[in-house]
Amino acid sequence: MNFIDPHIHIASRTTDDLATMARMGCTVVAEPAFWMGYNRSGTNSFHDYFRQLTEWEPKRCADCGIEHYAWMGINAKEAEDVGFAREVIAELPQFLKRPNVLGVGEIGLHKCTGNEVTTLETLIDLALSSGEQMLFHTPHLEDKYKGTRMILDLLAGQPRVDPARVCIDHCEEHTIRLALEAGHWAGITLYPTTKATPERTVDMIEIYGPERILVNSSADWGPSNPLAVPDFMFTMRRRGHEPAVIRKVVYDNPLQFMGQSRNFHFTAPAESSE
Amino acid sequence: MPVSRSAKETLDREFLSFRAKLIDLAAALDRMERGEGTAEEDPRWEQLQRAIELLASGEPDRAGRMQMLFSLPYDPRWRSGRSP
Repeated sequence: MNFIDPHIHIASRTTDDLATMARMGCTVVAEPAFWMGYNRSGTNSFHDYFRQLTEWEPKRCADCGIEHYAWMGINAKEAEDVGFAREVIAELPQFLKRPNVLGVGEIGLHKCTGNEVTTLETLIDLALSSGEQMLFHTPHLEDKYKGTRMILDLLAGQPRVDPARVCIDHCEEHTIRLALEAGHWAGITLYPTTKATPERTVDMIEIYGPERILVNSSADWGPSNPLAVPDFMFTMRRRGHEPAVIRKVVYDNPLQFMGQSRNFHFTAPAESSE
Repeated sequence: MPVSRSAKETLDREFLSFRAKLIDLAAALDRMERGEGTAEEDPRWEQLQRAIELLASGEPDRAGRMQMLFSLPYDPRWRSGRSP
């Protein structure tokens, strides 16, 4: 069964990883701009990173038969310096026009500071004024619940927001209901120690249903697994879920969500046999 | 969309996994106990104690409540403290 990984940091992965993902049935990936493990020293570093996500990584994926899409933004961790963040945000409009860009992301909160919120409001305004979809990073660990609530508060205060064009990512047991009840898509990230495991992800799908759920690996430079989505599919199968339900979560749902972007032009290849 | 699965079937399927996780936790607590000094003043120790109690509580949504136990509080008036 083919699958889509709607959140993975290809820039941090090897070409061998991409080839293995393709062999496992991956046809599409979406790569949000994020923190690369260190704070960048200037706007030019972001400029080059945005070029990497819109020029080089699509080519590297295409060589493995995977279609690559990207989200443009400044991550919450580097958003604390509001002045610097504004310089980076000024770079974004030119990249939002590039043919593989789905919208503004991943944006959000990290430690939920006033400065982070100020930058986030600017990013939300940019997305709304240019009609872009949005992908939200929710904070880690003890900050997740508070940060998720704050992001939802910001979105609820914006009458221009179409909830169906927003994904609240990295949801867990205490935040998934909040995202879904607000009408947004809920992303679940499969990580080895933090975020969610395949078993817990299946639990959440059994409790809340498969509608508006996106499951991703968010594989990056840290402990993570680019084959986490196939691991989740295997767990679904072991727990007795029908192939149609599994396919909905790992294929139809991401197509539906990303298909709302004017730049998403994926044509599904012939399905491989299971 | 619940899959038709009895509690007994879940136990059969996951017993060894439950057992392994509990022994792993027990061993980690033993490891702490063998270490020098104490961590009882650390607020994270208190969180762990409450989490272990929650496991045995028999109430529903243990995972969600455990997540909240490890979460910072949210103040719905958070915006009132911001400068305009």
